[in-house]
Amino acid sequence: MFEAQIKVTLKKTVADPQGLTIKHVLESFGFSDIDNVRMGKFITVTLKAKDPAAAKDEVAKMCGKLLANPIIEDYTVEIKCAP
Amino acid sequence: MCAVGASASGGKFGVVVFPGSNCDQDCFHVIKDVLKQEVEYVWHKTTSVDGFDCLIIPGGFSYGDYLRCGAIARFSLIMESVIKFANNGGLVIGICNGFQVLLEAGLLPGAMMRNTNLHFICKYVDLKVDSTNTPFSSEYKKGQVIRIPIAHNEGNYYIDEKGLAELKKNDQIVFRYVENPNGAIDDIAGIVNKNRNVLGIMPHPERSSEEDIGSDDGLVIFRSIKEWLDDR
Repeated sequence: MFEAQIKVTLKKTVADPQGLTIKHVLESFGFSDIDNVRMGKFITVTLKAKDPAAAKDEVAKMCGKLLANPIIEDYTVEIKCAP
Repeated sequence: MCAVGASASGGKFGVVVFPGSNCDQDCFHVIKDVLKQEVEYVWHKTTSVDGFDCLIIPGGFSYGDYLRCGAIARFSLIMESVIKFANNGGLVIGICNGFQVLLEAGLLPGAMMRNTNLHFICKYVDLKVDSTNTPFSSEYKKGQVIRIPIAHNEGNYYIDEKGLAELKKNDQIVFRYVENPNGAIDDIAGIVNKNRNVLGIMPHPERSSEEDIGSDDGLVIFRSIKEWLDDR
């Protein structure tokens, strides 16, 4: 069993209103050295696969079909042994 | 002149219903009681849309807006038939969450993002009619300003520069906000596909189809569809 840890983030070229708002609030608390805040999603999928590479391929297909919207989002996949 | 057996007046409308749709009854009411056309609900587990002339994907929170608005509904059983129907030239109108579903399904270009102010915005807005060259807007006057309410959290339409240039070149931008409420690129409130038979619109024409409830500017969209179906 593997655990895929998937990070879905807005593309760098796409404005992130949530990240910007979080930045403003943090600044209002006095955190004055913030350069940028971006917000995304973290998804875990545990799955059976013959090896980590096969698991990664399978999860990349899931991301392409459903988990990320390629028009506005990027994703990264990290494969770990399921706990 | 009509061929034998062809419908002489208007057509048959279908209102697609997903778990979480909540504007389906408003659409149904407007088509049946105001536009006086035949209309049926189409449950998302249905696989056929045979016999319909126009499909409405209504607003709401299909599948609780999980993952991304419209992302799950887009894979409902019914959507395969909707995509085929659209690709064969059938009229499809997606309102609010319906617009988001059509974007996720790839029937319309672009994507929806959170409103820039992060608020769910529910209010009347003024829209400018930018194209009357569609089955959905032919009864408006070009440049006409109309009053239709919005009610959404993710109406911040995004498309890349190349895509936006395509939309403009092909006269696909049908409605623009007079005052941009949500950050949508180029003030876009409604677009059609290249073939002009699929409309996505964030504001709710079904909530502004009777003067008694504030505005009937939205009814013109449904009247335009009826005229278009009459003239086939």
